[in-house]
Amino acid sequence: MQNDNINEYLSQSFTSFKDWDTTSDVVSFQVSAAQIIDVLTSLYNEFGYQFLTDITAVHYPDRSKEELCVVYHLHNLRTRHRLRIKVYLNIEQPDIPTATTLFSAANWMERETFDFFGVQFIGHPDLTRILNVEDMDYFPMRKEYPMEDPTRVDKDDEMFGR
Amino acid sequence: MRPVRYNENEKVFLNELPEGVYSGEGFAATRFDAAIGLARANSLWPLPFATSCCGIEFMATLGSNYDLGRFGAERMGFTPRQCDLLIVAGTIAKKMAPILKQVYLQMAEPRWVVAVGACASSGGIFDSYSVLQGIDQVIPVDVYVPGCPPRPEGIIEGVMKIQKVAKNESLRRRHSDQYKALLDEYGIQ
Repeated sequence: MQNDNINEYLSQSFTSFKDWDTTSDVVSFQVSAAQIIDVLTSLYNEFGYQFLTDITAVHYPDRSKEELCVVYHLHNLRTRHRLRIKVYLNIEQPDIPTATTLFSAANWMERETFDFFGVQFIGHPDLTRILNVEDMDYFPMRKEYPMEDPTRVDKDDEMFGR
Repeated sequence: MRPVRYNENEKVFLNELPEGVYSGEGFAATRFDAAIGLARANSLWPLPFATSCCGIEFMATLGSNYDLGRFGAERMGFTPRQCDLLIVAGTIAKKMAPILKQVYLQMAEPRWVVAVGACASSGGIFDSYSVLQGIDQVIPVDVYVPGCPPRPEGIIEGVMKIQKVAKNESLRRRHSDQYKALLDEYGIQ
């Protein structure tokens, strides 16, 4: 019932709302980067989704023009209901407005997403690397970079299946 | 009043002093070396740089079952200024490496380093972009204790090997050219 309310309200108010998905563990939907802050604000004010659980990203190398997906997880503490919002971005220009004006927790979460995926949050007060070394020049969680340490010289490639 | 009893054990006897070794020139200097070595070895004050799981094993080593206090390591100083053994137990990330180096630099000579566990020795199973592949990339290490995590007996064996190193170390080692060359490799003055 609450799902339907939100579904209706969002589909009427926001043109880029699509892919309402109730099959997975959390109700999720997709919005565009231009409207994400309005969606978050209206969910905050009118529906009570005032707890930002997580901001993260996923890299889909096979989707062209939409490779990076920024995922927001919202939680309503009163109704104990969760939402997942996905925003697909082009990897050439992964710009999205920051949610720090609405949620202070978004500050470090966006820094982490930038650190690992290279998503640029416009308007963020201090968008620098948070978990990796500052002078790292690549984004480790993108699929084109290997997980292993590139500076290792004593590894035998045959033993690692390469 | 309880009657006084002396040691009336007839099995205790004194040996004759062997010739040559314990008299003559240079005798006092050599034995001083050995005495200092003995004092250093049997009173190593460790600085536990415990980061993750090996730190828990280290805590178990300090407990009463595998007591590390028996080896003179009773007093853990968590300050590099007062300790002579740096025990690095746990995964060291690349972001932690300069901090580890700073802690090592703040220690006073003589100082020894034990790398406890696979992660401190070589990066362990974490061959990734964020983990330092062995602390010997930033500081010189004396003893490596392998294991994931090593059993407390293994950590004790590592400390015993450090004791052997400390006991037999020459007093002039820290001023020697070899040692200076070793520190230069790490960029330490």
